Amino acid sequence: MTFIPKPKLHHPELPKNALGYTRRDYEGAVSTLCAGCGHDSISAAIVRACFNLELPPHRIAKLSGIGCSSKTPTYFLGASHGFNSVHGRMPSVLTGANLANRDLIYLGVSGDGDSASIGIGQFAHIMRRGVNMTYIVENNGVYGLTKGQFSATSDRGAKSRRGVENKDEAIDLVGMALQLGATFVARSFSGDKDQLIPLIEAALKHQGAAFIDCISPCVAFNNHEGSHTSFDYVREHNLAVNYLDVISGREEITVEYAAGTVEMVKQHDGSILRLRKLANDYDVHDRIAAMTYLQERGAAGEIVTGLLYVDPEPMDLHHHMNTVSTPFNELDEAALCPGPAALDKLNASLR
Amino acid sequence: MRTEGEESDLQPTDIGNPDYFHKVVDCQWACPAHTPVPEYIRLIAAGRYADAFMINWKSNVFPGILGRTCDRPCEPACRRGRVEEEPVAICRLKRVAADYKGDIRHLLPRPAERSNGKRIALVGAGPASLTVARDLAPLGYELVLFDSDPRAGGMIRSQIPKFRLPEEIIDEEVAYITGLGMELRLGQRIDSLKALLDDDYDAIFVGCGAPRGRDLPIPGRHEAAANIHIGIDWLSSVSFGHISKIGRRVIVLGGGNTAMDCCRSSRRLGGEDVKVIVRSGFEEMKASPWEKEDAISEDIPILNMLVPKEFTHKDGRLTGVMFEKVKAEYDARGRRRLVPTGEPDQHFECDDVLVAVGQENAFPWIERDIAIEFDQWDMPVVDEVTMGSSNPKVFFGGDAAFGPKNIIWAVAHGHQAAISIHQLCQGESVRDRPPPLVNLMSQKMGIHEWSYDNDISLDLRFKVPHRDKQIALRDIKAEVELGFDDKLAFAEAQRCLNCDVQTVFTDALCIECDACVDICPVDCISFVENGAEAELRLRLNAPAHNETQDLYVSGALKTGRVMVKDEDVCLHCGLCAERCPTGAWDMQRFLLDVAQAEHACCSLQNA
Ligand SMILES: Cc1cc2nc3c(=O)[nH]c(=O)nc-3n(C[C@H](O)[C@H](O)[C@H](O)COP(=O)(O)OP(=O)(O)OC[C@H]3O[C@@H](n4cnc5c(N)ncnc54)[C@H](O)[C@@H]3O)c2cc1C
Ligand SMILES: Cc1ncc(C[n+]2csc(CCOP(=O)(O)OP(=O)(O)O)c2C)c(N)n1
Ligand code: SF4
Ligand code: SF4
Ligand code: SF4
Ligand SMILES: [Mg+2]
Repeated sequence: MTFIPKPKLHHPELPKNALGYTRRDYEGAVSTLCAGCGHDSISAAIVRACFNLELPPHRIAKLSGIGCSSKTPTYFLGASHGFNSVHGRMPSVLTGANLANRDLIYLGVSGDGDSASIGIGQFAHIMRRGVNMTYIVENNGVYGLTKGQFSATSDRGAKSRRGVENKDEAIDLVGMALQLGATFVARSFSGDKDQLIPLIEAALKHQGAAFIDCISPCVAFNNHEGSHTSFDYVREHNLAVNYLDVISGREEITVEYAAGTVEMVKQHDGSILRLRKLANDYDVHDRIAAMTYLQERGAAGEIVTGLLYVDPEPMDLHHHMNTVSTPFNELDEAALCPGPAALDKLNASLR
Repeated sequence: MRTEGEESDLQPTDIGNPDYFHKVVDCQWACPAHTPVPEYIRLIAAGRYADAFMINWKSNVFPGILGRTCDRPCEPACRRGRVEEEPVAICRLKRVAADYKGDIRHLLPRPAERSNGKRIALVGAGPASLTVARDLAPLGYELVLFDSDPRAGGMIRSQIPKFRLPEEIIDEEVAYITGLGMELRLGQRIDSLKALLDDDYDAIFVGCGAPRGRDLPIPGRHEAAANIHIGIDWLSSVSFGHISKIGRRVIVLGGGNTAMDCCRSSRRLGGEDVKVIVRSGFEEMKASPWEKEDAISEDIPILNMLVPKEFTHKDGRLTGVMFEKVKAEYDARGRRRLVPTGEPDQHFECDDVLVAVGQENAFPWIERDIAIEFDQWDMPVVDEVTMGSSNPKVFFGGDAAFGPKNIIWAVAHGHQAAISIHQLCQGESVRDRPPPLVNLMSQKMGIHEWSYDNDISLDLRFKVPHRDKQIALRDIKAEVELGFDDKLAFAEAQRCLNCDVQTVFTDALCIECDACVDICPVDCISFVENGAEAELRLRLNAPAHNETQDLYVSGALKTGRVMVKDEDVCLHCGLCAERCPTGAWDMQRFLLDVAQAEHACCSLQNA
């Protein structure tokens, strides 16, 4: 806990974006998480990503469940819409909000407990429906808020702080997201903002279901020797397949790269993802190969990070359901309540 | 800068070197006497005015005087000015300590019980000599102070107008020093240094100031002499009550402190239409911005880019001054030259002129054959560290040493000269300078509790209340500034960033979690690959463009990176230390107590 609010004074050269905001304008209340928690770094990365993309804060909706991770939306984007749902239920609230107003940018923040235990059903369905959103799981392998029980993403064989071994098989949320049709899937590490910030930016720009599994050490309950999500363990076992830069249409591309090391991926909204590849043969467009690769490397004890899969032309829930393109709050009464005649017509069509 | 060679990586910062953290305390570093500013400001906030006063008294000897008149080199250096609009009102807080301290006489050193058998002569009783006397008296020196003026204080008393510095303050602070036991020979001018040397003093300190005001030898000077006055002579005549009137229309020539005091004094002695006319532009004037502000607010226009050509007169009486209009031109090397604009000359009518175009040293009483070397400008050759001259027994300080400066420099010189005199009298080398006392202490009280107030005030600088202008202009002795009351003083004190509470980093404890980077409100901290300084400065989370401020560099961490902290705009808020899970950052108070002659005064370390 920190008792003083973060001082409003900032660096005199702190840049402003096109909206006239500094990065500090995207911050929230001061964090009450344990000092050093990986989740705070992810919050800082979200702040930077939203600043970089010049997103108007009032056009973002942040939603979460329960857990330390799910508390974090209080600590960033203080001027955005927020909804803190019950445990594991963020996906359904997000889905509903998205159906009612497709014009907002949706950011779901959850934990490994929130998404892989109590909320696993909700997680599965929001992915397969292709809701247009960014869904971040702040994955620390434990239930931090309830004092460090193993979560369902903890590796078999990982040790608790007391030295007890986890005997259960881990749920791999990345594998599930790929299998269930998410159109943007990534994994990253709270301790590597160079990789994480552009991934969040790319996910926010992605017009479909974007999922980021972000390993985030719990300094209080899961940062010891034997943990598989400690700073040291992740740094030792991290296999980054790529880093990326998100380039909005107007920026010039100046740096030259050796052939084969860089791939440009044009997204549906015109922005470009410049992938700087570290594993040359890794193809971000091949879902099946990605799943195989992740299984292989995972079996070898490596944690694959980077952009793992992207479909540059995603379809989303609204497309599947052929919904009206105007948000509900902008439709007038006549459109929202077309009257008994319209209802009769609809009923007749279903007879 | 700590780079070994142009291209090499930065070495870890040696925080054991007292200069490193001293530099971070921008105000203390900039103060010629190195007053521990944030320490006394915290004491003011705590209502401990007497303790705050004593910290000042130890370092700068004249807290009540300096709290009203100091040139305040600390304020432009103040970090607050780099993160907000204006620096902390350091100088006026010093006055607060003096105003509310109560009786502090029991805290002063006692006069020495017995003489140490060494006799020292001090020429002049201005701030430089008085500082030497303050430092040496408690050690048992027999001190003899000579001054041609009837009262001690030097230009503090003879020049600075009473509406800026009331006489009682001078009396009080001079008495604290003279009360330590010394012989004052006032009204006694020294006419021969040779004779003084023959009197067998163990050492002589020359603190005779820079007593001569420069004249302006242009046509009409002689003819109109009755109404043309040399600024500093006129001011001392005003101070000592010999002059109490001036004409209705006054022109002050010159743009320095003396000019400002001349014009404001004139407004109080009958001058209704008072103008300051300066050769240079407004920005280049030597007077401090606040002095110009005060003059302007007393309805004194400042006219620039006008070079006086001639004093006009009629029937042996001054009628005005003729000026040539000039403009600034810069040569290829950026040097400024004033060249005539070619416009017709401009005439200003007046009844009196005050010439305040500079001040000079003069040593007519120092013979040139007594082994004291003078340079090409007829200034004594003085060592900047020891204040010694080429005669091992003779030391200089204050305006006499390197030309006119100010009170705080006179004090700083005095302390150094006292050390030298003490070394000399003990048979030690004057080159051996005693090191400062340094203390670094954790301020951690609990998980989120610090023994200093780490919250950052967002208040802008508070203005010192002024006496009503109409009343102030009627009485030359009525002090214009009224000083902060306790509430304003507290609020202004809270603006101080506590730059002496240092961020101390322990490499071995850091797990590179980034928490400190994320929380830092001013983006001071970065974890980066090491590199050469110039290039590394641009790679930090916020580019470190201010090269006068150091980078704090750790040794290599687990990932091979280093922690680099740009000291420039750190708020000393302690949030890095609060968010660090391992205690790799700690907030530690750095107290640097500059050495004085054998700890002449009370030690700060027990404060
Ligand atoms: C108009 C004016 C305003 C100023 N305002 C400020 C200000 O606001 N703040 C600031 O910091 N500084 C100010 N100064 C500068 C400041 O007063 C001097 O820098 C400071 O007083 C120098 O101290 P000192 O001890 O070297 O000498 P001085 O203060 O000049 O004292 C020298 C003393 O030596 C005596 N003396 C000289 N020769 C002999 C001799 N042969 N025998 C015996 N006695 C002798 C003189 O009578 C004098 O009393 C001002 C100066 C002037 C002229
Ligand atoms: C319905 C319900 N069941 C159980 C809990 C207790 N509970 C609170 S947080 C939490 C787990 C949170 O784990 P995770 O999502 O990983 O968050 P972390 O704290 O690790 O970031 C549980 C089980 C609850 N709040 N509500
Ligand atoms: S308990 Fe763990 S997850 Fe929760 S705030 Fe502390 S370090 Fe972070
Ligand atoms: S004290 Fe620490 S957190 Fe605060 S400004 Fe300085 S470096 Fe940043
Ligand atoms: S918060 Fe502490 S442990 Fe974490 S990076 Fe900063 S200094 Fe290192
Ligand atoms: Mg968790």
